Amino acid sequence: MDFIRIPFGNLVENIVIWLTDNFSTFFDSITAIINVALNQFKTILVWMPWPITIIIVMVLAWRFAGRRVALIAGLFLYFLGSFKLWTEGLNTLALVATSVSVSVLLGLPLGILSARYEPVHKLIRPILDGMQTIPSFVYLIPAVMLFGIGNVPGVMATVIFSLPPMVRLTNLGIRQVSNEAVEAGKAFGCNEWQLLTKVQFPLALPSIMTGINQTVMMALSMSVTAAMIGAGGLGVKILYAIQRVHLSVGVEAGLGILFIAIILDRILQGYSSRQKRARHLS
Amino acid sequence: MQYDPKIHCENVWKIFGKSSEKVMKASPSDRDDIAASLHCTIAVREANLEIREGEVFVIMGLSGSGKSTILRCLNHLIQPTHGRVVIDGKDLNTLNAKDIREIRQEKMGMVFQNFGLLPHRNVLDNVALGLEVQRLTSQERYKRTREALDLVGLLDWEQYYPNELSGGMQQRVGLARALAVNPEMLLMDEAFSALDPLIRRQMQEEFLKLIAIVKKTIVFITHDLDEALKLANRIAVMKDGRIVQIGTPEEIVMQPADEYVSEFVSSVSRSKVVSAKNLMMEPDKWISAEKEDPIAVLNKMRKNDIDSIFITDFTNRLVGVVSMKRLKETLNRSPAGLKYMAHQDYASVPPDTNLEDLISHAAQTKVPIAVLDEGERLLGVISRSSLLEKLADLI
Repeated sequence: MDFIRIPFGNLVENIVIWLTDNFSTFFDSITAIINVALNQFKTILVWMPWPITIIIVMVLAWRFAGRRVALIAGLFLYFLGSFKLWTEGLNTLALVATSVSVSVLLGLPLGILSARYEPVHKLIRPILDGMQTIPSFVYLIPAVMLFGIGNVPGVMATVIFSLPPMVRLTNLGIRQVSNEAVEAGKAFGCNEWQLLTKVQFPLALPSIMTGINQTVMMALSMSVTAAMIGAGGLGVKILYAIQRVHLSVGVEAGLGILFIAIILDRILQGYSSRQKRARHLS
Repeated sequence: MQYDPKIHCENVWKIFGKSSEKVMKASPSDRDDIAASLHCTIAVREANLEIREGEVFVIMGLSGSGKSTILRCLNHLIQPTHGRVVIDGKDLNTLNAKDIREIRQEKMGMVFQNFGLLPHRNVLDNVALGLEVQRLTSQERYKRTREALDLVGLLDWEQYYPNELSGGMQQRVGLARALAVNPEMLLMDEAFSALDPLIRRQMQEEFLKLIAIVKKTIVFITHDLDEALKLANRIAVMKDGRIVQIGTPEEIVMQPADEYVSEFVSSVSRSKVVSAKNLMMEPDKWISAEKEDPIAVLNKMRKNDIDSIFITDFTNRLVGVVSMKRLKETLNRSPAGLKYMAHQDYASVPPDTNLEDLISHAAQTKVPIAVLDEGERLLGVISRSSLLEKLADLI
């Protein structure tokens, strides 16, 4: 006896085709918006002379994470330039910045909603599990169908991959706020918005910052995959190195991604622990 | 006398769990079994309370007795499954969310066991929370905030953060936050239970002084009998979600309603709750009006077998004491008004004087002790023999 064929794949494909046919203006406008954001980041980063960029990053690192991190950041950025990967590195940075902005913009409200309304939480949780578990190559296909080839589908695929930690940690942070603090807010007559802005959000901030940090790291790890559908940056170099078995290019581009990851991670962590101390939350 | 209670709970039930309604629909005798089978917990059952304006009402019980739940029903932080909570004649069930928020903002301040302060705000902004929610201008807000901080003695600490303060100070911030909105009622959930014993007693003393100034209706939750006896005008004892007795501290200790309450109060020394007003006798046979005929008074004293008598004026205020000896002497020489024979050598105490103080007064004077109210009116007398009798009962 044979299995009955359930044409699930066809169904999904038809839905995506139907979406592209009927909502092309909608997807085009998303493409346009993301392109604008991306180009803004890129223009600023590429326009700036490299020594100034390095100095700015070093100052940020020094302010938030100390002298040692500042020196390492400066050294790493110089290496990136000396590998002749400066423009590619900045392109990757612009892609990450754009994806993370979209992830935060979507993830923050979703996390807040799922912390405050149990049905939303129940609905969102399996979807997040799916987004993180399904191999990222799979959703490259609908991304290409909806947004074409280039940076924008790369950003969209990155957002899908890096959104879950943002939602999860926002949700977790708000749920972890001490029950007494929430009760105090309610007992003094806070409405829902006041409760959120005066009590829950400020107390959840450390957790939310961790969420942003993780989102950044996951977005960086998507750069090679995103390059397969036309996103630029260091991922393209690595993809090239794989296709040509070109070890020297692969090593340098791989290290480039690592450098950017370390610098971003240290600066963000430094920033969030400074915030924690300043707000007496640690 | 007809009076409207400030807070009125009428047959309040709270059942936790998804099927709480189903449990409530069952007949009262089956509810426990049904709750157990549906994984519901009955936290409060059939609670009836009338809390009067200006009194300190303590709800006492062990953990899990439902006392915190009932407190949260009063401001609908927890919505009762059944029954009504009426505040100032308004049934909270009939109000929408906005009206309930207004009642919470304006009428009720709440103090929490673990303080419930916001760690990211300094003392000033923590205390200002309630006023901020009411959208007062920052000038008005901080003016009233500082007044509240002054009441609890933390004016110099406004720039500090909660994690920089001791437990006792944090709870004073919590108290100031509740007082800042100038509410009519204070809901205090085990407010002093997280403090160590020394600080705790100190806070209780300060709290008593404070409420003498600010005059609020106070609902105070505690598991500590000593605390309840110290603070309460009336006490409700809870067990397994049910209120088993409501009464004054004296009634709870002297006439426990059932075995549970009597076990609860067995540890407390009764002398703590016995005060002059429980011991005093009706003053009738000890009193004479100042206009009375001295000879009639002499006869009255002989008849009642007493050595001295209290003389009162027409407003029932105490004028002095006349002894039998002095009365006889004066009558033999030249008759005069009782007022002119009276001396002031007697002890007088307010009605809430405790046993220990009464005994030391009794040791110093032969005349019975007079119990006077604030207007110097004679409420009753305590003779040495009656004091000894009571002592024998208590031991």
